Amino acid sequence: MLGEGIIKGLLETARNFVGSYVSKERLTTVQYPEERWEAPEASRTFPFLVYDGDEWLAGLRCTSCQICEKECPPKCIYIEKSADKKPDAVGKMQFYPTRFDIDISVCMSCQICVEVCPFDSIKMDRIFELSTDDRFEGLILDRQKLAKSNSYYHQIHPTEAAEVDAALASERAAAAAKAKAAAEAVAAKAAAAKAAAENAAPAGGGA
Amino acid sequence: MSPVFYLLAAITIAGGLAAVLLKKLVHCALAAAAAFAGLALLFLSLDAQFAGFVQFLVYLGAVAILIVFAILLTRNAEEQDGGLFSRTWFAGLVVAAAVFAVIGWAVLRSGSVLPNQLAVPTATVRDIGVALMGRYVLPLEIVALLLTAATIGAVIVAMHEKEGEQ
Amino acid sequence: MAQNLDQIFVLLTGWMVSYLPEWLRPYGVAVLGVVGVLAVYVTLFALTTWFERKGLGRMQNRYGPNRCGPFGLFQPVADGIKALTKEDLVPRSADQVVHFLAPLVLLIVICMGLAILPVGRNMVLVDMDAGLLFFFALGASTELSVFMAGWSSRNKFSLLGAMRAIAQMISYEVPLLLSAISAVMIAGTLSLPKIVEAQAGFSGILPHWYVFTPWGFAGAVIFGIAAKAETNRCPFDLPEGESELVAGYFTEYSGFKFAIFFIAEYLGMFSISSVSVTLFFGGWGAPLSFLTFIPSWIWFFAKVLTIIFVFIWVRATLPRLRQDQLMNFAWKFLLPLSLINLGVTALWRFMGDGWQRWIVCAAIVIVSYIVLGLWGMRRQHVAPRKYSYAD
Ligand code: SF4
Ligand code: SF4
Repeated sequence: MLGEGIIKGLLETARNFVGSYVSKERLTTVQYPEERWEAPEASRTFPFLVYDGDEWLAGLRCTSCQICEKECPPKCIYIEKSADKKPDAVGKMQFYPTRFDIDISVCMSCQICVEVCPFDSIKMDRIFELSTDDRFEGLILDRQKLAKSNSYYHQIHPTEAAEVDAALASERAAAAAKAKAAAEAVAAKAAAAKAAAENAAPAGGGA
Repeated sequence: MSPVFYLLAAITIAGGLAAVLLKKLVHCALAAAAAFAGLALLFLSLDAQFAGFVQFLVYLGAVAILIVFAILLTRNAEEQDGGLFSRTWFAGLVVAAAVFAVIGWAVLRSGSVLPNQLAVPTATVRDIGVALMGRYVLPLEIVALLLTAATIGAVIVAMHEKEGEQ
Repeated sequence: MAQNLDQIFVLLTGWMVSYLPEWLRPYGVAVLGVVGVLAVYVTLFALTTWFERKGLGRMQNRYGPNRCGPFGLFQPVADGIKALTKEDLVPRSADQVVHFLAPLVLLIVICMGLAILPVGRNMVLVDMDAGLLFFFALGASTELSVFMAGWSSRNKFSLLGAMRAIAQMISYEVPLLLSAISAVMIAGTLSLPKIVEAQAGFSGILPHWYVFTPWGFAGAVIFGIAAKAETNRCPFDLPEGESELVAGYFTEYSGFKFAIFFIAEYLGMFSISSVSVTLFFGGWGAPLSFLTFIPSWIWFFAKVLTIIFVFIWVRATLPRLRQDQLMNFAWKFLLPLSLINLGVTALWRFMGDGWQRWIVCAAIVIVSYIVLGLWGMRRQHVAPRKYSYAD
């Protein structure tokens, strides 16, 4: 019959109307400043830069390769490369950013910068209370504001951070092994050369 | 003649003149609506409530809207060059004056506007209804038939798509 | 005592005016009445915006506004301050004069409509012989101001919204008028206070309201639906559908002009609900015979607020219609039903007193409702649309 559905709907809303006063469970919203809702692990807002250890500048993983700057769709990352080098997370000597700014008024939280970074340096943050009274300077985050420790990263995205750490550790181990092998090779080479020289001398003497 | 009459007359005449003289068609239509409203208020100030309200309902609610719709649906762009008044304002004025002359002549010729008529006839809504349903029932029905025919015609014109093609 | 309380505003006006010189008294009465009616309705408007947001929230299992003052009661004040302090933007290509006039015309016309409402016994500002006609005449004038707003903004959304609004208002004005006429036919007058008087009296403890008759019930429902469409309320809010047209015909209005549109919408809702209370729900009459000691004006506003609550309730329940559904509903369902209802009303009038007319009239109304409903809901063959001119 015509109107049946309307009456059913009206009854449903009436039940909500009365029910929301009777039982608290029906109320689905959170009273924000007082009550807070735990955001899911995969939620994201804006990017930040991870550093290892305690010194933020020394531990910065970013090698200033500028891939993220090129890939960012709205072009909201600005990077200046350093002239000198410092050891990166793996221990190799790399450049580091003397300037790393993200304009979060432009950033669209697409996470592409995170996907393309080959050094696991840039990750997505979960903070959202970023309002400021200066809409120009206040919304540009420089490298110091962007730098957050690895333990913070573990805190907000535990699963992902553990994976990243494992990968980095294996890379570090590989690098260490390679370095060791190289050192051994160098040592072996040197020893071989020395031996050859020693062998050659008697031979020469013999000739 | 009270100040109210002069005010309303001024509104009506200004609206009418603007409707004839202005450049933008929509402005003309709105000015015509203002003239209709002034006329309706004139009826009201003469204590002819029914006529006044019907003037409001029919002329403001239907005729003005119809004109506006017709303008919107038929022309899409308007000339943007400046000037407040239409270039053909003189022709418009002449046509308006001619219509006014004809109506004025007819009014003056008819006998019912003798100035010595003292008793104001009071016509309530009920009287008008009784008259429409009694003495004037035949004209009323003929008008109704005509309008029905016009509506059906409009529907048929608009119903261009043939049933069989669906 | 109850008598005095009932007439308290009439007596108060008389007392205040008695201090004025003789020749000023009619003007004094007029000014006091206008100020009183406007004050009451504007207060009601403020309360209703709060009430609507609260009610909508609760119906969707939310709290609604609860930050400004106790229970969020000062929310309307905050909204008003916000609207007043906002910048008033006018698009550069807009038609400045018409753009400025549109909200004013709308507000004036709507406020004029408040003058004829009988809000209590002996409490009506202007008692007109053709009050109902006056109301509908004003309703017709609001269409023009809607068009002015939409056209002068020079914005596609505004223009589309205005066209939709006008098409919708014209379509739904027909069932609105036809359903109102059935009450007029029984009462035999177009004057609103007289229509209220015609519904006075009780049989037993039940009142003689028109809504308690078959034709009156159908008329009240049709009137209510058409009234919702006339005031552009959900589910008939296509002219201002946010998801399609930003805000429809007042997209380009900001600051206080926007607030004027908002006020006008709500005042229009009040006046049309007041008229429906007057026509079908006995105006200021008490609902049960032993409740007559409560002043008439309390009953009137209680009934108006009840109708407003139903409006809000429906808004929280139904989704927005599509344009073709809107037109089909008006022309293929409401119009025939209101025409049949008109015939039923005439039958009711000429069948005299007695129980037969109840059965006959109710049967006709119910059968026509079912038949029209089934016909309207029948499965339609949907085929790809053929365009006559486009290809
Ligand atoms: S999240 Fe997307 S928009 Fe934001 S900085 Fe990274 S790449 Fe750019
Ligand atoms: S954040 Fe990653 S991708 Fe961007 S410059 Fe630093 S190392 Fe390269």
